[in-house]
Amino acid sequence: MSHAGPSEHELTVEIWRGGAEGRFERYRVPARENQSVLDLVTWVQRHLEPALAYRFACRVGMCGSCAMTVNGRPRWTCRTHVDKVTKGGRLKIAPLANLPVIRDLVTDMTPFFDKWQQARGRFSPTRTRKDEPAAVDPDSRARRAADAGIECINCAVCTAACDVVRWNADYLGPAALNRAWTLINDERDGARAESLAAVSGAAGCHNCHSHQGCAEHCPMGLNPTAAIAGLKRASLLALLKGEL
Amino acid sequence: MIRAHRNHPGYWAFALHRLSGVLLALFLPAHFLVLGLAVEEAALDSFLSWSDAPLAKLAEGGLVVLLAVHLTGGMRLLALEFLPWSDHQKSLIALATGLALAAGGLFLLSAG
Repeated sequence: MSHAGPSEHELTVEIWRGGAEGRFERYRVPARENQSVLDLVTWVQRHLEPALAYRFACRVGMCGSCAMTVNGRPRWTCRTHVDKVTKGGRLKIAPLANLPVIRDLVTDMTPFFDKWQQARGRFSPTRTRKDEPAAVDPDSRARRAADAGIECINCAVCTAACDVVRWNADYLGPAALNRAWTLINDERDGARAESLAAVSGAAGCHNCHSHQGCAEHCPMGLNPTAAIAGLKRASLLALLKGEL
Repeated sequence: MIRAHRNHPGYWAFALHRLSGVLLALFLPAHFLVLGLAVEEAALDSFLSWSDAPLAKLAEGGLVVLLAVHLTGGMRLLALEFLPWSDHQKSLIALATGLALAAGGLFLLSAG
């Protein structure tokens, strides 16, 4: 380990305990090479604090359930190397920001997924199973725009990084708007107008201040700010055409 | 408050745009007040002679920077929102800020 902590082979980790009203508890953990922040939290739970609540599933960056705040930044902990985020042998781990805390490192994701529904983040088919599959040109502009946003793993890192969500709890947020943008660019979707109306309201895309914190932090390298800018243009165009 | 998650160029560009906007809004009433002095020519002339003082010129340079920061930052935002997306946002932020500082520098050079 290049970062010397309290001792050569130890790290000091502060972990949030309790609900919205809680405190950071300090733990001494072994400093190992090649451990993720999630490994470290698991070590604390198995050896020091059996009651520690945290959430994970796949451990390989696919499921999006282990996101936490690490030294002030939202991150997917299973793919975050302890060595790369430790500052002076110290690590501060908190639940994701901008979501209600249930206990310790577990947040209530209900508002996050409710916003996906409010932004009409669901596919509306125009064909049945009896029809031929749609032939979508992979090089078309719309397909490429959808392609850029479809790898979202719903980890809520972007929502935790977004100051507009912090300031306005009703704002649909980067993840739900990114999803809406992929649907609006899906030529098989039959509810484009409804989707645009859903994201153009008071809590919609026009709230975005373009800080680009979502794109800065997205572990999948997606760019919700670009998607939201696309929604703003589509929304304005629809308004000018009298479709909104 | 500057938290770790805000430490990136996009947030700094936002903060700069907001700060320059607020400062310009505070300056505007003073600007109108001085324009109002023009009703009496002598009052305006005495003020204008004060504004030739070196410190006032320096402050004017700051004002030019604020205006330029807000102008170039605003144009960057308009491009971001109305033109097809560009992946060079950080370069555009650097360009907008650089142009604004250059405008302030040119003003001070020509004032000196």
